[in-house]
Order: sequence, then structure tokens, then C-alpha cells
Amino acid sequence: METVIGIRGPDFVMLAADCVQASSIVVMKSDHNKIHKIADKIAMATIGDAGDSNQFTEFISKNLALYKMRNGYELSPKAAAHFTRRNLADYLRSRTPYQVNMFLGGFDDKEGPELHFIDYLANAKSLPFGAQGYGGYFSASILDRYYHDKLTEAESYEILKKCVAEIQKRLIVNLKNFNVVVIDKNGIKNLEPITSVKLDAAIAAAQGAQGVRAH
Amino acid sequence: MALQEICGLSDAPYMKSRTHFLKSTEEEMKNSTSNIENCYSLSAPPFENPMQNLNAIQQHGEKSGIKIDFDHGTTTLGFKYQGGVLLAVDSRATGGQFIGSQSMKKIVEINDYMLGTLAGGAADCVYWDRVLTQECRLHELRNKERISVAAASKIMANIAHEFKGMGLSMGMMLAGYDKRGPGLYYVDNDAQRTPGNVFSVGSGSIYAFGVLDSGYRWDLTDEEAQELGRRAIYHATFRDAYSGGIVRVYQVTKDGWINISNTDCMELHYKYAEEKK
Repeated sequence: METVIGIRGPDFVMLAADCVQASSIVVMKSDHNKIHKIADKIAMATIGDAGDSNQFTEFISKNLALYKMRNGYELSPKAAAHFTRRNLADYLRSRTPYQVNMFLGGFDDKEGPELHFIDYLANAKSLPFGAQGYGGYFSASILDRYYHDKLTEAESYEILKKCVAEIQKRLIVNLKNFNVVVIDKNGIKNLEPITSVKLDAAIAAAQGAQGVRAH
Repeated sequence: MALQEICGLSDAPYMKSRTHFLKSTEEEMKNSTSNIENCYSLSAPPFENPMQNLNAIQQHGEKSGIKIDFDHGTTTLGFKYQGGVLLAVDSRATGGQFIGSQSMKKIVEINDYMLGTLAGGAADCVYWDRVLTQECRLHELRNKERISVAAASKIMANIAHEFKGMGLSMGMMLAGYDKRGPGLYYVDNDAQRTPGNVFSVGSGSIYAFGVLDSGYRWDLTDEEAQELGRRAIYHATFRDAYSGGIVRVYQVTKDGWINISNTDCMELHYKYAEEKK
């Protein structure tokens, strides 16, 4: 039921994830952060089985920290994605596979921004944009339609807003808030979360403006 | 003797010497009580994939004669507010349709500053809460300071993760007061662990949430908070057949936990009915 969206621009990566934590049919929390900072310039937006997503991201981030301590330098985003994929692949073939899907976004000082799609079958792919979870079905076409190579941060945020608006309009599940994070050469930055209250206001304002024009 | 060997008689149990029998019994005893020495070394259920097969065994109970129904069903709630943390629980333990107890203590006193609530499988919760109590005490002895709620809940989440998929059933809240102020965490058998302001767990939680969410504010006074918790549990005991008995209310402040009240839900029922007139 959860949703994560990722967009890679020319000099940044933007990740968005919903904030719902549920137990069977009950929403336990609607301000739960699913985007984890796992290195200075790498973040991971993880969804999937309740306990697994936290436990797995923590496992990965602690291993990245250990690598940095041992070697004196950090794993690049691409290497981190490979490390994550390999671990998922190993666990997939164990008695206790991790049921997690994620986007790993990072900024490499040499290679630039990177966005990696990784799912619980240990399928990993570098992508310009993508979305996972139920909300992903509704976001895919919006991303296809509005994505272009020279995207700015502001444009990218607007696309995310369109995706969230569509999810909240068409998906039966109530995903009220979306956390947004941007990673660029300066590191990881939290952007203003996209909430239904703000979207409603924006939509009302847009419709109001149209109404004026029609008259 | 050679003939016995060929017929495989020496492998038959009645051909085994007494000492061997004792040894195998001893081995079996050791395996099934290994958790006394090391509480994390539990013997696994005697069938594979416990999550699915336990349900199948329980459903076949009538036919097979192996009827096992674990004690279940609960309503527990907890919330943070300006005065600290408040916990309220019912006291009914049910096994299937049968009410096993009307006076269970579903709030476990981990230490003077921390409480845990039990929901789900009664045995699992009681067992792991006891283990947690032990771990918390050890932490205190090793580090010369009380364990934080965050750390305690993490121990619980790690246990849940270790035994994930083995059929544990728990939904607990940990409430306490530490250096960071009041703390409230939710941990369950999926190894889900999360801090929060308002939680309710158990079969009656949906009913308790209704009352709780509609009456909750951060700036509740102590009396209002206690009454809100009590009322939410009462309404859950009214609607949920698996919840009932005594409504217990606890509060955690910077000076530790206090037991506010233990009221029979019938008493509350007539009291609230009287107020409505």
C-alpha cells in the first residue's frame, strides 16, 4: 500500500515516500519517515514488510559506516547500490528473506547524481525516474509525461506534487503525507513535506483562478 | 546375534539398553528446556513454517483432537500528553470462545520508570516481557544508569526480528520516562518499532481508537487524560467480546509510574449510563 517515488535531475536526486505506518487495517501513524540517510550523500527510501524495512536499512547504513571506518573513505552511491542488491540477493535465498523495495538516491562527486531502483527480488537498475508500490501505478504516467533531461529542483518538486495529488485522488488507500528529500553536491536536504491539506489549498486556488478566467 | 543384526532388531527401541534410553531422554529434556539457561534459545515448533501451519493445525482441531487455542484478545492503549504518558488496559484473557481470566495484569512493571503492555499471544508477551525486564536490569547494572525507552524497545524489536516468521504474536507498547523525557514506543511481532504520541493495540483497538482520537489533545490535564483512557477502554470492552474485566489505568511521570485506578468495567458501565440520563 506504501509508495516511493524517485527522480534524477541533471545535478540532484529527489526522493519522496509516504508517511503511513499500518498494522492490518489500522493506521498506527501518519508521520513516519521512510527516507533514511545512510551516508553523507546517499539516502534510501524503503517500503515493504513492516519490520523488515527499518531493520534492513539500518543494517545497510551501519555497514556503510563500518566500511568508512575501515577504509577511510565512503562507498560511492553505485557501490552502495551493488552492496544493497547483493545482500538482498543473499537473503532472498536464505530462510529469512527481506521483503523490501526501495530507491537508493545518491550524489557522487565524480559521476553526478544517481538513482537506483532495488526490489525484494534483488533486481537493481539505475533509472532517471521511477515509482514503487500501489501509488507507483498512478505516478508512472505522470513521470513519463513531465520528465525531461533539464529538470530543475523546483520542477521536480512540482512533478512530485502532481504524483501525490493523483495518488490521493485515485488510490483507495489514504496516504496523507509525503516526505521529500533532495540530494545534491551539498549533501542531503529535507524539503517541505507534501500534505493533502496543502494540495487541497493549491487545487482550490488553481480552480478559483480558472473560474475567474471563465467569467 | 548375527541374525538379530540382519533383521535390524538391534535398532528397535526395546533392544536399546537402559542407559541409552536415559541419555536420549536427557537430550530431549535438555533441548526442550534450553531456554532456562539461555532465554533466546527456544525449541522450534515441531512442524515447518509455523506462521501458516499453526493456523492449519488449529483449524483441524475438531477432527484431529489436537485442540490448541492460545490466550488472545485484548484492548490496550497509551498516549503521551503534557503530563507524561498514560496507559490503560483491560484484563480479559481469552482462548478461542473461552474466557480464561478476567483479572490478568496486562501492564508489566519493567522497572520503577518503565511499563510494558501486552497484547496478542499471552504466553509470548509474558515470556518476552520477562526477558526484557531481565535485559533492562542487566543494562542498569552494567552501565550504572537506567535504560532508555528507545533502547528497551529496540531490544524487543530485535527479539521480534530474530523470531520473525516463527509464529510469535505480540503487540506491545513501552512507556517510560528517561533523559529525553516521556517515551512511548510500539513494537510488534513483525519487528515493527516506532515512537509515537497515540497508540492502541489489540482486538478492541479499533473501538478504543474511536474514543481516544476524538477526545485527545496534548494539553489534557491529568484527570482528563485518566478519564479519556478509562473511557476508551470501557467502550472497547463494551463492543469487543474479547476485551473486558477490569480497566487498569497507569500514568508515567518524571517520578516514575503510578497505578491510578483498577475499575471493573461493569461498574463503569452503570456509572456512564447514569451520567447519560
